[in-house]
Amino acid sequence: MSSISEPKNIDVKFEEILEKERRRRFSMMLQVALVIIAILVCFWVTGMFDGSRLAEGLPAIGVLVSEMFPPDFKRWQQWIWPMIDTIAMSVAGTALAVAISLPLAFLAARNTAPNSFVFGFARMLLNALRSIPELIMGIIFVAAVGFGMLPGVLALGLHSVGMVGKFFAEAIEHAHPAPIEAAQASGASSFQVITHGVMPQVFVQFADVTMYRWEYNFRASTVMGMVGAGGIGTELVGSLRLLDYPQVLAILIVILVAVAIVDGLSGIIRKKFQ
Amino acid sequence: MLEKNLSKTMSSFISVHDISVVYSNGTVALKPVELEIYENDVTVLLGPSGAGKSTLLRVLNGLVKPTEGYVSSKNIGALTSSKQLRTHRKNTGMVFQQHQLIGRLTTLQNVLLSRIGSYSSLRTLFPLGKNERQWALNCLERVGLIEKALERCDALSGGQQQRVGVARAIAQRPTMILADEPVASLDPASSERVLGMLRDICKQDGIPAVISLHQLEYARQFADRIIGLSQGEIVFDGPPLDLNDKALEEIYSAKKL
Ligand SMILES: Nc1ncnc2c1ncn2[C@@H]1O[C@H](COP(=O)(O)OP(=O)(O)O)[C@@H](O)[C@H]1O
Ligand SMILES: [Mg+2]
Repeated sequence: MSSISEPKNIDVKFEEILEKERRRRFSMMLQVALVIIAILVCFWVTGMFDGSRLAEGLPAIGVLVSEMFPPDFKRWQQWIWPMIDTIAMSVAGTALAVAISLPLAFLAARNTAPNSFVFGFARMLLNALRSIPELIMGIIFVAAVGFGMLPGVLALGLHSVGMVGKFFAEAIEHAHPAPIEAAQASGASSFQVITHGVMPQVFVQFADVTMYRWEYNFRASTVMGMVGAGGIGTELVGSLRLLDYPQVLAILIVILVAVAIVDGLSGIIRKKFQ
Repeated sequence: MLEKNLSKTMSSFISVHDISVVYSNGTVALKPVELEIYENDVTVLLGPSGAGKSTLLRVLNGLVKPTEGYVSSKNIGALTSSKQLRTHRKNTGMVFQQHQLIGRLTTLQNVLLSRIGSYSSLRTLFPLGKNERQWALNCLERVGLIEKALERCDALSGGQQQRVGVARAIAQRPTMILADEPVASLDPASSERVLGMLRDICKQDGIPAVISLHQLEYARQFADRIIGLSQGEIVFDGPPLDLNDKALEEIYSAKKL
């Protein structure tokens, strides 16, 4: 009996599995198609399919680029201090972000938040800070405290808290619970559990996020100069206003080199923390 | 009978009064339990996975709050306030199954971690003093790991890591040691070494130990007293020699009607 019915059952089972697999593949393809359609719609809305405009615009960009050559470095001595300012702004902004993020992250992590109300509030605060662009913050702070690097640092710092605090909180949530329990078991206070049970575990991730954010803030601080926060960005805007394109290109090259140096430096520091 | 009388003459170190534990998801982990842990015993909690061994151990130092009942200790009395609980935890060394160490810290740093409870939060933001370091090294010496003091913990073998766990527990100068399946993830040779070490230390220092195990042979080999747990109930309590087939059946039979 069973020897006859079993092969049949198996065949039916195979068919079922294959059918299920076919359906899965189909729904997968459907999803991919939907994503592609969404992208095409976005192209259409933003005018990427406007052939005539592109045809006119692209050559204009070509002309602009050709006017930039050769880059003009003769004012390089005037860029040294602004560049140092920009670096200082990025370091100070990142440090400010870390200082605020550290306590905030422990309130925004499920496993260390004192209660769900504080947790919800801290998360909301992080989201709010992240969703206000640093340029807008820069404009607000320039209006509040006047021109200079101070508004730049405040804007970079506060906006960064949104991302740095969130990543810190996530690292805290992924900390292994066993060392935390071990700290509690030895009679540690809640504060000591955080400083000695959680911090040693998440320190490397914290350092990693901080260095990434510094790289980002360095690039962002060149832009901050445009809203009057000083630094190399202010020089860039100045040359743009004068339509001095060779000088614009020279400054862009300087910024590019500086970004590469900062990225390399941050990579070296990150490796040290492993 | 003889053992019963003997036990009575020994003084109780910690008592569990009518404790039951129901977890927030409704799991009944411990049915009402009465228990005395005696001063000079190595007590082994024996039972299959899910019997409630970890829960009972955590009740003994307040990491799990009992749903009903309370724990009292000879030195402190009933453990009710959070201050009493912290004092009790400072005096209780705990060894865990695994992972309680922080891998990227050195062995010495891990041992020192158990000392922080004795200092103020502010003080522990700075490195502990030389006497504490010497004491931690002394504890590492006792478990035979002095050579590894400055190595990262994650570079050590499983057995060595668990010995660091023991060093960490005794660094607290505990008046009692709790160990939750301390050898569950170790090979037989390391298991015997760690359990032997725990037993020797407790005997030398004259402190009680409560160790949960699921391996019968180790329980027989290292316990003065075995408490058999099954589905949150104590189904056996006595010296290893009294642990007969009938008792084992009670401990390990999965379902009872
Ligand atoms: N935090 C928890 N939440 C809910 N149920 C739990 C929790 N911890 C343990 N349990 C359950 O309680 C019972 C006893 O668990 P446990 O004390 O860990 O037993 P053992 O250590 O003997 O394996 C098991 O059924 C387990 O699934
Ligand atoms: Mg367990």
